[in-house]
Amino acid sequence: MGKSDVVLELLKSLGVNVDPIFSDDVARIQVHENKVVGLHLVPGLHVHADEIKDGIEAEISIERGKRIDKPIHICFGILPEEGLQKVKLHIYAQEESKAMILAHCTFPNARQVKHIMDADIEIGPNAHYAYFERHVHGPHGGVSVIPNAKVHVQEGAEFSTEFELIKGSAGNIEFQYEVNAEAQSKTEMTARISGTDNDDIRLHETVHLLGEYSKGVIVSHIALKHHARAEVENTLVAHAPFSRGHVDCKEIVVGNAQAKAIPIVLVKNPTAHVTHEAAIGSVDAKQLVTLMAHGLNEEEATDLIIEGLLSKKQNWQSVIKEVE
Amino acid sequence: MDNTILTVDDLHLTMQGKKILRGVKMDIWAGHIHAIIGPNGAGKSTLVSAIMGLPGYKPEQGKICFLNKNITNLPVFERAQRGLTLAWQEPARYEGLSVEKFILAGAKDKCRKQAEEVLEIVGLESNKYLNRAIDKTLSGGERKRIELASIIAMEPKLILLDEPDSGIDIDALQKIFSLLQSLKQKNITIVVITHSLSVLNQADHAFLMCCGKVLDKGNVDRIASYFKNKCIPCNHDRLVVLSSEAVT
Repeated sequence: MGKSDVVLELLKSLGVNVDPIFSDDVARIQVHENKVVGLHLVPGLHVHADEIKDGIEAEISIERGKRIDKPIHICFGILPEEGLQKVKLHIYAQEESKAMILAHCTFPNARQVKHIMDADIEIGPNAHYAYFERHVHGPHGGVSVIPNAKVHVQEGAEFSTEFELIKGSAGNIEFQYEVNAEAQSKTEMTARISGTDNDDIRLHETVHLLGEYSKGVIVSHIALKHHARAEVENTLVAHAPFSRGHVDCKEIVVGNAQAKAIPIVLVKNPTAHVTHEAAIGSVDAKQLVTLMAHGLNEEEATDLIIEGLLSKKQNWQSVIKEVE
Repeated sequence: MDNTILTVDDLHLTMQGKKILRGVKMDIWAGHIHAIIGPNGAGKSTLVSAIMGLPGYKPEQGKICFLNKNITNLPVFERAQRGLTLAWQEPARYEGLSVEKFILAGAKDKCRKQAEEVLEIVGLESNKYLNRAIDKTLSGGERKRIELASIIAMEPKLILLDEPDSGIDIDALQKIFSLLQSLKQKNITIVVITHSLSVLNQADHAFLMCCGKVLDKGNVDRIASYFKNKCIPCNHDRLVVLSSEAVT
């Protein structure tokens, strides 16, 4: 299979509309196993990728002051049933740059696939960097996803990331993000995951609000069915004066699934303010009977409530709508 | 009158050891607006919950017939599929679920245009609301109108409305009154629970409930006057109707 065929096959498995992705003004990086099978850059975006054993190592840089209007599309995938993909990313959004990355990770036939990502992300002063990652897995549950990122959000910068895994079987997920946020910066991290069968999901996200007036929000919405398990440990530490933060963890548990949430909020300055909310349980009874009073049976009503909980944030809607 | 759409016959219901409904009898006529009034704790909300078949509201005695079929043992969604539905006093909130999806979930016609139309009917601009989530960013009044919109989209035969005026401002209330009348024009039957005389005045007939029973029924003005003037605080620190004039 040629490189372009592999790219098409990866995108086909995602069900995306390839036309906008292949237009000249859209930057794209497509990786299958340890090969870069598609690369198209736009002014202001620099990518250097090396193949390494079982994966790739890439440096992605957005030039100082450069605003890239269209989202940069990244696609990682493994088409065979078995495989290992290690991705090392070094991302630098330079001062006052702006970029949005739309990443798709697809393992449609996985039975024994491991996807490991190690990223260091530097967001320069007053830069805006947004990263949306959608995973599409096959039905067999044979995927291990291990993303690990260290992020530095410099003064006045904005960093947002959203991780979505709501199609296919999640498999094993071990998610570890740590963010250091400087003065006047904003950080927002969201994870929306659906677990079924014997999926095992572990999220550990930490934000340190190091600078004055820095803000941070960690949101985890998880729905679990059958025998799936999830453990969410979100930590928000307010070190600096007037820093503000919020941790939101909501998990719906159906059948024999189990969920555990550990929101940790730590305030080290009296002028800082951090809040948290955590709710775990079965589907809310009033929500359920309201929908049943509209004619939906219990399963249909439960699915709709879960769909709502796992729905994407409004500010990503238009971007994603363009390609899907 | 033989156009009875709903019959409640000798309904008894006990919750947590306390008798809440004590032999309620009620005939609801198709295409009419019926109001149920009564003091707090009379059993009004329990009655509509039992009629809708909500979990925990199973009567131990009596029968509920809708469109000449006994529905007493049917689950909620099957009652709804037959054309019976309920709008809550305090509608539920849904994390992330859009107004459009909520409205279309039970709608007869599952197209976006339908959702737009019913929102306009309840006085909400569709372009501002369709994509919003039904969560804490909406006021109680907005959620109430969205719930009404969703019910209109269902095209039900009978709507149970639990205190439609609570949490609603005066302008919105006028819209709801117009809506009740337009639903009636479409031959949709409405049973409304209320404490408000202005809501009561929208009805064609009224039932007065107290202590888990229907004590009187009939003309709205008469029932309203009776409730206003003849209900007195009883020894149990709640209102009770003078039993000598009660009709069961």
